[in-house]
Amino acid sequence: MTKLHVNLPGLKMKNPVMPASGCFGFGQEFARFYDLNKLGAIAVKAVTAHERSGNPTPRVAEVDGGMLNAIGLQNPGLEHVTKHELPWLEKFDTPILVNVAGNEIEDYVHVAESISKIGNVAAIELNISCPNVKEGGLLFGTDSVMAAELTKAVKAVSKVPVYVKLSPNVTNIVEMAKAVEAAGADGLCMINTLVGMKIDLKTGQPVIANKTGGLSGPAIKPVAIRMVYEVSQAVEIPIIGMGGIHTADDILEFMMAGASAVAVGTANFVDPFACPTLIDDLEKRMKELDIEDITSIIGRGWKSLNKSISS
Amino acid sequence: MIVDKLEIVKQEELAPKIFEMTLTGNSVNEMVTPGQFLHVKVADGIDPLLRRPISICNVDIDQKKLSIIYRVEGKGTKRLSERIPGEKVDILGPLGQGFPIDQLIQGNTALLVGGGVGIPPLYYLAKLLVAKGIKVKTIIGFRTEKDIFLEKKFAKLSDVTITTEDGSRGTKGFVTTAMEEQKNSYDVFYTCGPTPMLRAVQLAATSTGYVSLEERMGCGIGACLACVCDVNEPAEGEKKYRKICCDGPVFEAGEVVI
Repeated sequence: MTKLHVNLPGLKMKNPVMPASGCFGFGQEFARFYDLNKLGAIAVKAVTAHERSGNPTPRVAEVDGGMLNAIGLQNPGLEHVTKHELPWLEKFDTPILVNVAGNEIEDYVHVAESISKIGNVAAIELNISCPNVKEGGLLFGTDSVMAAELTKAVKAVSKVPVYVKLSPNVTNIVEMAKAVEAAGADGLCMINTLVGMKIDLKTGQPVIANKTGGLSGPAIKPVAIRMVYEVSQAVEIPIIGMGGIHTADDILEFMMAGASAVAVGTANFVDPFACPTLIDDLEKRMKELDIEDITSIIGRGWKSLNKSISS
Repeated sequence: MIVDKLEIVKQEELAPKIFEMTLTGNSVNEMVTPGQFLHVKVADGIDPLLRRPISICNVDIDQKKLSIIYRVEGKGTKRLSERIPGEKVDILGPLGQGFPIDQLIQGNTALLVGGGVGIPPLYYLAKLLVAKGIKVKTIIGFRTEKDIFLEKKFAKLSDVTITTEDGSRGTKGFVTTAMEEQKNSYDVFYTCGPTPMLRAVQLAATSTGYVSLEERMGCGIGACLACVCDVNEPAEGEKKYRKICCDGPVFEAGEVVI
């Protein structure tokens, strides 16, 4: 029998596939298309202490093989999410990973402490990598000392495991990963979007009102694979890999690079059935490739290499 | 709302860069509200990646056919215009809230005001209004004479006024110029077109009405929050924004900031 399940801190997953934060709302829109029990886990949209209205429009632009977005962490705020969104998700037997964002360390600590007490929150994903907000976000994600300090502060109050979502917009991703691991992170999510821009030839101005946006989609996959490959060899904690996953083979590639699970983002916008389709396709591909247990391929990209070097 | 593959029956260039695509399939039965749109995957694969929101222009339930009209603007719509009859197009729809017509009674007059590729969704609306016994007046605006499309079809259903910016046909100026003559002669207005036009139409209108907005979209189903707009004077505790893809694209005039 094909074994698809994976176990990560706080996340006992039926399969290694979850929708990525920011690409799935709080699940309700997609529940009209399929049963969310099918998913390995769900990463819900970023939650901040107070409601955020986000950036002006246009907020998205298509580019070759991907898209730019600058939503700006629009969300209804901690209280609303606690009272309405999370209770609605209780009916599903699927672990929930809550993405937490803020401007100051205190904001993250407040939201993380409060939300980690809620019964169906399995883990927290610290958002230190959103490129589309002026304060907080990426500021923490590009400075390893600040990232570690924030991780430590959140770890001190969180009742559930803490994953840190890393930004690819850094010179040395391994240094960032090691810093948050040393600060107590239970896992890593990588990668968030790459900062990009598109100019409208008619106006001569950037298409996106925020000017820059986060690049996602198949175009960023090679960057993500390289980063997962490097980081997974340098840390002991598990990685949830993401960045342009579009096919079951992409999932296999991420796991061979060293990811223990994966998140699917932009593909949900192209096809609302992307996640369940990928889960079914993954099982088929594993059979075709004689992979019995999905966990057996984690880090295959470098494990065999290291073995041959050491022997 | 469904994901389906509709077969292309016909592809026709109505005016420079303006194409009408006729599609057929069982899910056409679901496409009964005027003003709704389809989220179209113009080609298989990852390039172009995102779907394109295109409003439904006409529906023929008996023949299981519908048509969409779009302007070739970029890579996606260019690719769509190259698709040929017999091929299948992946669609998600019908999406959004369309034009409400249930509140109207026989003998009422509706004014339809459209500009450019905002005109097509008004056609199916006109058909349903006429079938309901509503008198329809239509004002459709173009840049110049050669850009005109759908004129004859609208003429079968309604009094049509054409406006062109350069005066090469009909009333010279914008749709609002022609609205002057219609002052206080209608019970409701419906409009779709570029945002500056919608603002002007809303101001010039002498009745209540409905506006259909356009915005760059991601998912089309309300999850990504790419296409939001602000609510005019939201009530205490109410949401301050609307999602154009699922709360719209049609809003009551004045409901949202445009």
